[in-house]
Amino acid sequence: MMNPDKKRLRRTMMFLNAQKPSLIKDPYIYKPDSLMFDLEDAVAENQKDAARFSLYHALRTIDYRGCEKVVRINGLDTDLWKEDIRCAVAAGCDVIRISKTETGADVKAVEARVEAAEKEFGRPEGSVLIMAAIESCKGVLNAQEICGASERLFGIALSGGDYTKDLQTSISGTGVELMGARQILIIAARAAGVQCFDTVYTDLDNEEGFRREVEMIHTMGFDGKSIVNPRQIHIVHEIYTPAQKDIFFAEKVVREIDSKKAQGIGVFTVDGKMIDIAFYDGAKRTIELAKASGVYKGDL
Amino acid sequence: MINAVGRDIPEEILRLTGKEVFQGNNHFDGYEYRRQAPKVKCVIDPEKSKLRSSIREVLEACGIKDGMTLSFHHHFREGDKIVNMVMKEVHDMGLKDIRLCASSLGKAHEALVPMIEDGTITEIRSSGVRGEIGKVISEGKLKGLAYMQSHGGRVRSIVSGEVKIDIAFIGAPTADDYGNCSGIGGTSDCGVLSYAAADADYADNVVVITDHLVPFPNMPAQISMTKVDYVVQVDQIGDPAKIATGAAKPTSDVRKLMMADNCTSFVINTPYFKDGFSYQTGVGGASIASAVALSKIMKERGIRMRFGVGGLTKPMCDILNNDQVDCLLDTQDFDLDAVENVKHPRHFYISADEYANPFNKGAVVNRLDFVILASLEVDVHFNCNVVVGSDGVLTGAQGGHPDTAAGAKCSIVITPLVQGRIPAVCTDVTTVTTPGESVDVVVTDYGIAINPRRQDLMEAVKDAGLPLRTIEELRDIAYSITGEPKKVQFGDRVVGIIESRDGTIMDVVREVKEFSFAE
Repeated sequence: MMNPDKKRLRRTMMFLNAQKPSLIKDPYIYKPDSLMFDLEDAVAENQKDAARFSLYHALRTIDYRGCEKVVRINGLDTDLWKEDIRCAVAAGCDVIRISKTETGADVKAVEARVEAAEKEFGRPEGSVLIMAAIESCKGVLNAQEICGASERLFGIALSGGDYTKDLQTSISGTGVELMGARQILIIAARAAGVQCFDTVYTDLDNEEGFRREVEMIHTMGFDGKSIVNPRQIHIVHEIYTPAQKDIFFAEKVVREIDSKKAQGIGVFTVDGKMIDIAFYDGAKRTIELAKASGVYKGDL
Repeated sequence: MINAVGRDIPEEILRLTGKEVFQGNNHFDGYEYRRQAPKVKCVIDPEKSKLRSSIREVLEACGIKDGMTLSFHHHFREGDKIVNMVMKEVHDMGLKDIRLCASSLGKAHEALVPMIEDGTITEIRSSGVRGEIGKVISEGKLKGLAYMQSHGGRVRSIVSGEVKIDIAFIGAPTADDYGNCSGIGGTSDCGVLSYAAADADYADNVVVITDHLVPFPNMPAQISMTKVDYVVQVDQIGDPAKIATGAAKPTSDVRKLMMADNCTSFVINTPYFKDGFSYQTGVGGASIASAVALSKIMKERGIRMRFGVGGLTKPMCDILNNDQVDCLLDTQDFDLDAVENVKHPRHFYISADEYANPFNKGAVVNRLDFVILASLEVDVHFNCNVVVGSDGVLTGAQGGHPDTAAGAKCSIVITPLVQGRIPAVCTDVTTVTTPGESVDVVVTDYGIAINPRRQDLMEAVKDAGLPLRTIEELRDIAYSITGEPKKVQFGDRVVGIIESRDGTIMDVVREVKEFSFAE
């Protein structure tokens, strides 16, 4: 059975160093959709076990009030990732994020460990989801294979820093160097029916630039963005808030499809536009976004 | 005897101090009394000089002796050199039982610690104490009591004669040889001399200490020559780098910005936010951020402030410079921008008496619409504690907190729900310094609580989409994070009293007890 959280709303996924108590004690007050506890790059080599320990106790003790708990594990080329998975699953995480994913086999390797950990720690089978961060040219080219590698995988994310290094360039602020990867990832994700997330924006003082980038990836079809500072959250949520006219339309579409389905009618018009069942998921998603943004007053 | 905030004030303290227990903010409204008058030693002979060559000489000229009351002001903040300079001479002269009446004491004054321990200083009246001084008082090393007063309450105690100042020392950034002094124009500028005004009016001997003597007349004078007995020139009255620092960079701490946003959203949804409103805010990151945010909304909505009060900082002065407020009323300047802004024609110096004294014929705080405050702890009765740390040690100052909270139509306290590992919203504050009847709203990072006494405010903001919670809910969230803290362990001896602004006793501070672990 599919984990019902696989399709949950993920507009913002906030990075937190798993080792820093001040960061992980109550990040939910900023209301991101997902929290990503990092065991990888943010943690110094000689602090890896300390970070795991602090993460374990935080996840066991703190009520994260509805935020999804994602744990970014160390790369599969290290000897750390297997223990990271055991620790995160035992602690009760919702998602394991694979860093530097390059092939479908990477996903399968993690899937096997997650499954084993679920068994070991008595968690229901399938309760832990997987997402894959793509950080290299090889990973980008294998996106389609990665997206389809596991039933547990809910989405993929572009990691721009490492990817541009592999591309032998750097982040320019214009987005031109990421254009190809963004297009390939979103297309691959949609083709496989999974979600797709954009990379972080690290120039914290450039609110204007951040806003432009979020507007762009929103238009491109991305489900959300990785966040490095809580002050970026409200901007993403604002841009992902549907307009009132779109909410009204979506509401009509959902109601009409529900009632027409009962009457056996497949195609009909709403406000002069031709509508069929293909509009249903999109309309539902608009309602869900409107609810999450606090602008939906209806009863759907 | 139990007072109006439910604190039990020991009878022996009431006897010892001759004070009453706190009976509510307006208990003394309409109270009649006669102000005390100072001794005046006339200067008629034009040949007479007020200049003295040293602190020692001026102390002798004032006839200093054991048991006298010496007063100081704190506009030089952590850069102050006056208190230590004068008290060193007092100590060297072997004087004992000095009562120190300082508008505030900070970490700059840790040189007083041995003088407390050896009985040079046996009583302290101050808005607050920090660092080592707070520690030695809490350890019971001050022979007499520490009276923690609000800025308005201090003036009340002087004007009413409860405290008779023998010698007032006024550090002045500029002064002439006849004693006209000002907070600007020198090398150690502090802007204004508001807290020293009552001292100059009511002390028997008034000594001006300056490091920047200017030719007569030093006009406009914030304190007039007519009140000054002696003038002493010294090398340096303060460390300019610690008196007024560059304006704090606007905070980028998202938690503080979030609290500031909540505060501003609350303010603009109250009926008081309209053309002609008045406003005071503190120096904390969130308070400053809320002033910046407010200025933006005032501009968008075309709303103008009638007056701002402070404790001033750059964001409030910016509101004046942008011509969004008619005038600023100034009792203290916290950064160089505020000091510099004193020269603005609509930036007015006011005395602490005009600012906050409850025992005059009406103070500025009574005309405030909004005040934005901070607090170490707030309890479910909305009582605040701004003086005693959660470890039981004296570590803060009342300042204008109780005065402005009592006066303003809408007093808002901003505090993170958990400070470090200590819940800031709790069942009972360690020590009450501002009564809950004065506090209307508590803004935290977890939501906003409105005092149930203010049904009008609840009604006004009910549809504003604010994250409203009850104060008990906030307390419960805090406790769910930190656990319910055990009470601090105190000894029996009372070492200090929290004096209400009207002179009654709000609470007592007891000697701290060495913590002993118990299962």
